[in-house]
Amino acid sequence: MANGAAVGDRSTLSRPNLPALFAAIRAAGYAIVAPTVRDGAIVYGPVERVEDLPIGWTDRQDGGTYRLVRRDDAAVFGYNLGPTSWKRFLFPPHERLWTAERKEGSFTVTPEPTDTTRWAFFGMRACELAALDVTDTVFLKGAVADPTYRARRSRILRVAVQCGQAARTCFCTSMGTGPAVTGGADLILTEILLPGPHRFLVEVGSPAGAEVVDRFAESLSPAGPDDDRLARETVERTAGSMVRRMDPTGLRDLMAENLDHPRWEIVANRCLSCTNCTLVCPTCFCSTQEEVPDLDVRSVERWRRWDSCFNLGFTELHGASVRKSGLSRYRQWLTHKLGTWHDQFGTSGCVGCGRCISWCPVGIDLTEEVAAIRAAPRSSGVEARGR
Amino acid sequence: MSEISEEVREAIGRHPFFAGLDPAFVREAAVGAEPRTFGPGTLVAREGTPAETFVLVVAGKIALEVGAPDRPTLTVQTIGPGEVLGWSWLLPPHRWRFDARAVKETHVLALRGDRLRPALAAHPAWGFEFLRRFVPVLAERLENTRVQLVDLHAR
Amino acid sequence: MLGDRTGSPGGASDVPLAPLPYQVRSVVRETPDTATVAVVPRGSRRIGPTRPGQFVMLYAFGIGESPIGVSDETDGVLYHTVRDAGRITHALTRLTPGDLLGVRGPYGHGWPMEAARGKDVVIVAGGLGLPPLRPALREILRDRDAYGRLEIVYGARTPKDLVYYAELQEWRRRADLRLQVTVDAAGRDWYGDVGVVTTRLPDARFDPERTVAFVCGPEIMMKFTAQALVGRGVPAESVWVSMERNMKCAIGLCGHCQFGPSFVCRDGPVLSYGELAPRLGVREL
Repeated sequence: MANGAAVGDRSTLSRPNLPALFAAIRAAGYAIVAPTVRDGAIVYGPVERVEDLPIGWTDRQDGGTYRLVRRDDAAVFGYNLGPTSWKRFLFPPHERLWTAERKEGSFTVTPEPTDTTRWAFFGMRACELAALDVTDTVFLKGAVADPTYRARRSRILRVAVQCGQAARTCFCTSMGTGPAVTGGADLILTEILLPGPHRFLVEVGSPAGAEVVDRFAESLSPAGPDDDRLARETVERTAGSMVRRMDPTGLRDLMAENLDHPRWEIVANRCLSCTNCTLVCPTCFCSTQEEVPDLDVRSVERWRRWDSCFNLGFTELHGASVRKSGLSRYRQWLTHKLGTWHDQFGTSGCVGCGRCISWCPVGIDLTEEVAAIRAAPRSSGVEARGR
Repeated sequence: MSEISEEVREAIGRHPFFAGLDPAFVREAAVGAEPRTFGPGTLVAREGTPAETFVLVVAGKIALEVGAPDRPTLTVQTIGPGEVLGWSWLLPPHRWRFDARAVKETHVLALRGDRLRPALAAHPAWGFEFLRRFVPVLAERLENTRVQLVDLHAR
Repeated sequence: MLGDRTGSPGGASDVPLAPLPYQVRSVVRETPDTATVAVVPRGSRRIGPTRPGQFVMLYAFGIGESPIGVSDETDGVLYHTVRDAGRITHALTRLTPGDLLGVRGPYGHGWPMEAARGKDVVIVAGGLGLPPLRPALREILRDRDAYGRLEIVYGARTPKDLVYYAELQEWRRRADLRLQVTVDAAGRDWYGDVGVVTTRLPDARFDPERTVAFVCGPEIMMKFTAQALVGRGVPAESVWVSMERNMKCAIGLCGHCQFGPSFVCRDGPVLSYGELAPRLGVREL
């Protein structure tokens, strides 16, 4: 094509032409992972067809609650976040790192072959792009980059969607991560249900996105004069409808100075240490290593598995855990996520997606916990802590 | 009182515990005091016996021992030059609470408790200054015992 | 402050987190549950040179890995003193000459040797805290004139818990350092000092304002020792402690070793007491 699409280009894709986008993404060499309905939730998984998307479904979420409900329209993206996050496709829950074999009095290590699948993450929300930035910082910007994350990360296509609604658990506006997609995506979709025909505004976010657009340009039409405005209004409406809030100012210091706050005990009395929050969190990155020998220990496999700071054995040292109490483990999770993450990675570990609120079996809500601590902060952490 | 050796008085005044105290008090403390030497392995004090002296360690090393019928004798602390041995002489019933044994040849100054106690009682200024030096010794031993109690080397 | 501290980003292997094959050259039993294992590469590949205070991941084939300090590196031989305190360290202390094991590293920031130059150096070790301090001590002794007074205080629970007995004798004979050894409790056959390690500090001779202290041992011992040193007038920033936490990856990616904002594997294990003091007062951090 002589005049290919350029970054920033906007066009309109009619709902009936959505399969053309899928086809173009495939033609560009990607397999598609997208939201799909499974086990009563909207999860991310490989999809074949547009019909695999949760068309006409929405979710009702609140502290400790997640329910799928039928919509009275056929919206393609008429829901928010489910329990999965994209991190599982870059940092799999269970992954073999290498195998080793004893040979002639020594051993040889064979690394796991690099996963060369090129995934298109279809339907990434603004907060999830922010989470991707966070995990990029964790896995790629330290002294040692994680090679398997890097290999997978280098091959993804990010197809973002600007949210047309907010769940009751969403608080991306507080964390400054959404709902508008402001960067970090290859393509940005906004679903327009009304007025006029069901359609999507498609914006090119990167050369990789432009390449996809070029492959199905005939299915696109120039963005109508109202589409830009409608897309903007959609995002504004979503932002305005958000009910949860968390004041992000000074969270690092608030956490550091309140390690002895009585609120930890109150929340710890509710917390079951089930690890759900860390599993659904799009930025939690802790892992453990497992040694899997065969029967005669001639060969072994080394696996990496997601771990959680809520597990008692997480801090095991010489047979005892450093963080024995539930209090200390919840405190570690929240003060890391909101506080020391800034020290370690120069950013918050929380993007305001609200998954940990929905999927906590007892409905612990970090925005409430932060508000409670902020309402009655300790003046000095060290002084009040005693020993 | 005639039983003062000038040499002993000076030695007491040089000991860190007494250094800088009112010379009149040092003089009083020196009444009946005497230098004593203990050979390696000999007892400086025996548990349960009358604690008649305030012992200033000048040289050597004294081990505080705890004995129990069902286990070997255990040394729980050693005391060296510049330090003082115990306070049993000061507090009723004036009996030693531990065995104290010289680990190597040890030179001490033995001050008479029956002279010190009335002197301290009669002169509150001396008494106060004396306790101001004694309380840190107690505090330090207490703190060390606490540290020992938490077992620094516990895994 | 940390500019002169040296570290290395990762292992020598190109396979991430993969150990290199080493074999045991010798084993010395230090105490009933502690052994010093000397290892050499099994093959042509070896980990990079280690700096005093760094650690490696020692790998018992088929069992797993454990972070272990480097207690000496001489002529290409790595020495590690390991206490049997779990499944993996049990296997490591049971190794015999010729046995195969894996090594990756070295990892972490060690003792700030540069910061110690020209200063009095106070080394305080508790129990198995001595091994990770030995390379620092050796480096000082190799270039003795570059440092001021050298005071070593070593405490252990009982006389039989003391490691490197022969070397202690050798150090005691030296005129260019002062060694004090103390135990928490002892029988009659012990002629040395008895009392927790902090009781020996008042006898250590150093100029607090121009002193650097390296402290290694159980966390509670390091806390009390650091407090005592600061009490003697040593600036908290000049007191360095070596922290220990659960570690799986040793390269700052697994999250296990966090101690407040620090990843002990990557930012430590040696950290300044000035930075750590508030955290050491928080339980279960």
